[in-house]
Amino acid sequence: MKQMTETTQKAHWGMVLGRAAIVVLLAGIPFAAGLCATNPGGDNAVPNIFQPQSTPADSIKQLSDFVLAITGMIFVVVFSLLIYAVIKFRQRAGTADREPAQVYGSTQIELAWTIIPILIVVVLFLATARVIHAVQDAPKPATAIEITAIGHQYWWEFRYPGLGIVTANELHIPVSDPALPTPTFLKLLSADTDHSFWIPQLAGKTDLIPNHPNSMWMDPHRTGIFLGQCAQYCGTQHAKMLLRVSVDSPKDFGAWVRAQQKPAIQDEKVIAGRRVFETTACINCHAVGGSAANGRFGPDLTHLMSRETIASGAAENTKENLRLWIQKPDAIKPGSLMPAMQLNDEDLDALVNYLETLQ
Amino acid sequence: MSSDAMAIRNVEVESLPLVETLHGWLTTVDHKRLGILYIAYALLFLVIAGIEALIIRIQLMHSHNDFVSPQVFNRMFTMHGTTMIFFVAMPILFGFANYLVPLMIGARDMAFPRLNAFSFWLSAFGGFLLYFSFLGGSGLYGAGNAPDVGWWSYAPLTARAFSPGHSSDYWTLSLLVSGFGSIGTAINILATILCLRCPGMKLNRMPLLVWLNLVMAGMVLIAITPLSAAQIMLLIDRYLGGHFFDAQAGGSAVLWMHFFWIFGHPEVYVLIIPCFAFMSEIIPVFSRKPIFGYPVMVAATVCIGFVSLSVWAHHMFTVGMNSYANSFFTITTMAVGVPTGIKIFNWIGTMWGGRIQFKTPMLFSIGFLFQFLIAGLTGIMMAAAPFDWQLSLSYFVVAHFHYVIVGGILFALFAAFYYWYPKMTGRMLSERLGKWHFWLFLIGFHLTFTVMHIPGLLGMPRRIYTYEPGRGWDTLNLIITIGAFIQAVAILVFVANLVISYFKGDKAGNDPWDAWTLEWSTSSPPPAYNFATVPVVASRRPLWDQKHPEDPDSRYD
Amino acid sequence: MSAITTLFPGTPGAWSLPHRGKVAMASLIIAESAIFTIFVVAYLIYVGKSLTGPTPREVLETPIFFTICLLSSSLTIHFAGKFLERDKRGAFLALWSFTIVLGALFLFGTGREWHRLIYEHGLTISTNLFGTTYYSLVGLHAFHVTAGMVMLCIVLIFGLAGRVGVEQSARVEVLSMYWHFVDVVWVVVFTVVYVLGR
Ligand code: HEA
Ligand code: HEA
Ligand code: HEC
Ligand code: CUA
Ligand SMILES: [Cu+2]
Repeated sequence: MKQMTETTQKAHWGMVLGRAAIVVLLAGIPFAAGLCATNPGGDNAVPNIFQPQSTPADSIKQLSDFVLAITGMIFVVVFSLLIYAVIKFRQRAGTADREPAQVYGSTQIELAWTIIPILIVVVLFLATARVIHAVQDAPKPATAIEITAIGHQYWWEFRYPGLGIVTANELHIPVSDPALPTPTFLKLLSADTDHSFWIPQLAGKTDLIPNHPNSMWMDPHRTGIFLGQCAQYCGTQHAKMLLRVSVDSPKDFGAWVRAQQKPAIQDEKVIAGRRVFETTACINCHAVGGSAANGRFGPDLTHLMSRETIASGAAENTKENLRLWIQKPDAIKPGSLMPAMQLNDEDLDALVNYLETLQ
Repeated sequence: MSSDAMAIRNVEVESLPLVETLHGWLTTVDHKRLGILYIAYALLFLVIAGIEALIIRIQLMHSHNDFVSPQVFNRMFTMHGTTMIFFVAMPILFGFANYLVPLMIGARDMAFPRLNAFSFWLSAFGGFLLYFSFLGGSGLYGAGNAPDVGWWSYAPLTARAFSPGHSSDYWTLSLLVSGFGSIGTAINILATILCLRCPGMKLNRMPLLVWLNLVMAGMVLIAITPLSAAQIMLLIDRYLGGHFFDAQAGGSAVLWMHFFWIFGHPEVYVLIIPCFAFMSEIIPVFSRKPIFGYPVMVAATVCIGFVSLSVWAHHMFTVGMNSYANSFFTITTMAVGVPTGIKIFNWIGTMWGGRIQFKTPMLFSIGFLFQFLIAGLTGIMMAAAPFDWQLSLSYFVVAHFHYVIVGGILFALFAAFYYWYPKMTGRMLSERLGKWHFWLFLIGFHLTFTVMHIPGLLGMPRRIYTYEPGRGWDTLNLIITIGAFIQAVAILVFVANLVISYFKGDKAGNDPWDAWTLEWSTSSPPPAYNFATVPVVASRRPLWDQKHPEDPDSRYD
Repeated sequence: MSAITTLFPGTPGAWSLPHRGKVAMASLIIAESAIFTIFVVAYLIYVGKSLTGPTPREVLETPIFFTICLLSSSLTIHFAGKFLERDKRGAFLALWSFTIVLGALFLFGTGREWHRLIYEHGLTISTNLFGTTYYSLVGLHAFHVTAGMVMLCIVLIFGLAGRVGVEQSARVEVLSMYWHFVDVVWVVVFTVVYVLGR
């Protein structure tokens, strides 16, 4: 008997600790919610799924709010029952030697907690199916921009078939005015392994799978840079297969398109670097519009300098980084498929000077 | 209490020389010894895979960390995931099933003792083969190389072009081998339960643990086999130049995904159902009440088993299925919540009106209920396909499944350890260390996995070895890492408890918890033949009948 | 310890449980069916998806005779078992050997077909998707026939040594369950490969 009371006492301490833990946990939920609602990193630096800026992402968020509310309610109810049972029916000092009433079940109650969840599931399903349909089966308006995105091991290729543009890693799309929507429709392909295109604030993710074309769309409501990254594990450097989407005003987008459509600038001052480029292995893998280089294994470099980053977001596009990248890609992105080119300093400087002219 | 009336003399085992003892263990066909071998082997791998998790966590502690290279990191999460699922969770649950099922149905051993030993050694061999890849993975070419393709090994990453050397072959072969072991064990469990029950143990009188293991074994038969089939195809691709998953020749990478998840989803229920089984034995005993709604518990389990065969593609909401397929897999997945809910409610119903004793097994059980509830609800969130287009492949998923697997399975396993260790060894585990273990693990668990949901919502993908600063992920990841280390300390306390209590623990006696199922009617540890005379039962709680002759269950049977 | 028995009130009447060998074989068959299902699904999905020839229509010939052999071996093994139950060892051995001969004929048929496909049509497992799926599915089945043959032969050897009697009849029946399963699978494979897949 003495041992019993001792256990009860220990159990009491357990209860106190338990309650403390619960308070901490419950306090954690608003904390998390607060974190998701604010944006600690400034403008779009945090790709928060609860701050959608485009119709598909917004529909998803509304569904998420609904699902969160329902599951939150289920949590509160079941959790309260559990806590009530644990506190109310704990062993107390006086009751230790008596067995409680032996109850084997109750058909009514069990029926109730079968039927109510079924109803909840039906409601959740209907809400979900509506959004699935709205996002997946949305019609493509005639004004839509069509882009083909091709995933490569650790970089992105973007083609604008209607506009004759090929670029890499940084996607430019126009903002979509609800009055005259210009949504972007992406066709998703892969050149090697599986990848996944994910810009949380613009749309949910969709995979790029070899021999299995997919599609997705988004219609950004405001301009700015949106971040994301490859979400499907695709090999060594899956982590540094970052994505930047620049949503431009119609005017900026038009200017960008015109600049991209031009062939590469031929500047006589950097003819030495150009010769290095064209006589080394570079042209096996890279293309520069209007020159002999038409390799397709690596990113198109025709307008390299119009991009803010290199190697799909692994480094800023600065002279030093370019130099380092060509000399030793592993320093920036170990495991990337661009080989170290082993050039001497002179050639390297010439080459980088040449690349710097590819506006 | 009539525990004196039924006291059983402990069988004194003569101490043998070490070599002979070892030889005895290695050649044993006794279900109890094999059970313990399974458990010991799984604990070893828990520590190994746990250390891999710690390496992952150190690397992700802050942005642009370079504790390990990307190649090593990728091997770490692949080995961590593969080991945890196939060489920790599966064998440890098989170990408990092996140990407990014959005892609970009043049998003297499994139906096929030698098949049982063979299955165990197959599984064990699989585990060592997987780890041998660190040495043999790139063949004669160079340094060792473990698989780095993730635990799903999606095509075409496993094709020769993207995975040269032998690392993927080790992954395939070790899982194939241990898969055959699992099928052998499942057949054995089924045959044991169906053919060796003691007189009077009708199906509707079997303890729930036995019922749930029956369902689990049935699921293993149809869930592990698709993986074996897909592995054979992968081997054909890699060694005979086949094209099953070769996109260049018209093959499909998506087919592998389907095959993998046709295995993978039922697999997670194969893991959780035995844990439901532990809960269904432990909660009643520490609430001092019979399980609430026994027939419904059985029906719900069978229902979960069936429905879970039709939900696999909820892991594939992002691969571009059409809206009908997405809707179909949404509704089937959500439907699993209903029978699972019934189980949760019935456990609460069991506690309701009871007299709950907060012994360590019960603490872990309550932790299980709380965490499994949350984990199930985050599962429902991901079942809503559009929501999953955001959550999938992010740390939210990682948080969800560690919530079920660590918060659910591991908690249930710890409960089982504290509950049955006395039966297995004859000694009680220390309650004091047990409480420390519980609270430390609870805190570590929540620091790690509760917090882990948030980076997922903030766009952090899984399987990345590093991340950019300024995305709001740094602090969160630091907290997660700290939590993981607290878990490690808790597990050290646990291991210490296992070892210390083995030598110094209180003597357990036959029936330390005043429980009701047959295993508590024999000595602790039970003799090789389990029961001197085969018992005869007349209800679901034979020992209750015996202790309460004035009000036996058999009266209502 | 013997006290336990009496402590549980109520003794059941007749207590009979299924034969563990049969339960185990039934479980094994369920597991094997799942494996075959996956291979069949892969076959059906890839029908007509090969990028290069040869196609099934061009090269496959329907193996009617060998199919009849295999299917009739189900009958012979069934009756062999019945004879054993009635302790007619001679008849049992005769039918058992006949079963083995039929099985061997079937395997010979498969071998001949493969030989023809490889040497006349240049179709190997790596030629195209058809080759990959065809050889895997038919090969998986042939592997099961071979495994069955090995076990049948072992029983035959014991039988010739006079060691198989009525007492073994339950075990022999377990083996014949397996053999029936192999036959049923062939019906499925046949339908898929030679009927639907062309
Ligand atoms: C033991 C393991 C286990 C268990 C039990 C579950 C249970 C569930 N899981 Fe989980 N899951 C995993 C292990 C598990 N999961 C793993 C390992 C992965 C990832 C693998 C990987 O990617 O590496 C995963 C991934 C995963 C995904 C894919 C995410 C993605 O990759 O995109 C989804 C999506 O639907 C999902 C859903 C569910 C659901 C709906 C349940 C349900 O069974 C939950 C049911 C329970 C409840 C709902 C709570 C209790 C119910 C009530 C209180 C009743 C009232 C409730 C309602 C009416 C809704 N899981
Ligand atoms: C049974 C299943 C199981 C279990 C128990 C765990 C347990 C843990 N897991 Fe794991 N995990 C998976 C199954 C599991 N995991 C799977 C399937 C994946 C997916 C893999 C993939 O993507 O392919 C995954 C992926 C995964 C990731 C994501 C990796 C990525 O996507 O990049 C992370 C990251 O934090 C993680 C962490 C942890 C941690 C901290 C624990 C902790 O709970 C571990 C606690 C245990 C210990 C810490 C061991 C104790 C150690 C000692 C006693 C020794 C002490 C010694 C020293 C301190 C030196 N896991
Ligand atoms: C074997 C093929 C190959 C060769 C040869 C090669 N590259 Fe690359 N290059 C790549 C690949 C692949 C990438 C993308 C790497 C990544 O982001 O993971 C790349 C990326 C780049 C980038 C960054 C482009 C961007 O938009 O991010 C530059 C600049 C570049 N290479 C320049 C060169 C130069 C200059 C040479 C020759 C001296 C060269 N490359 C030779 C394959 C090659
Ligand atoms: Cu591309 Cu990950
Ligand atoms: Cu699942």
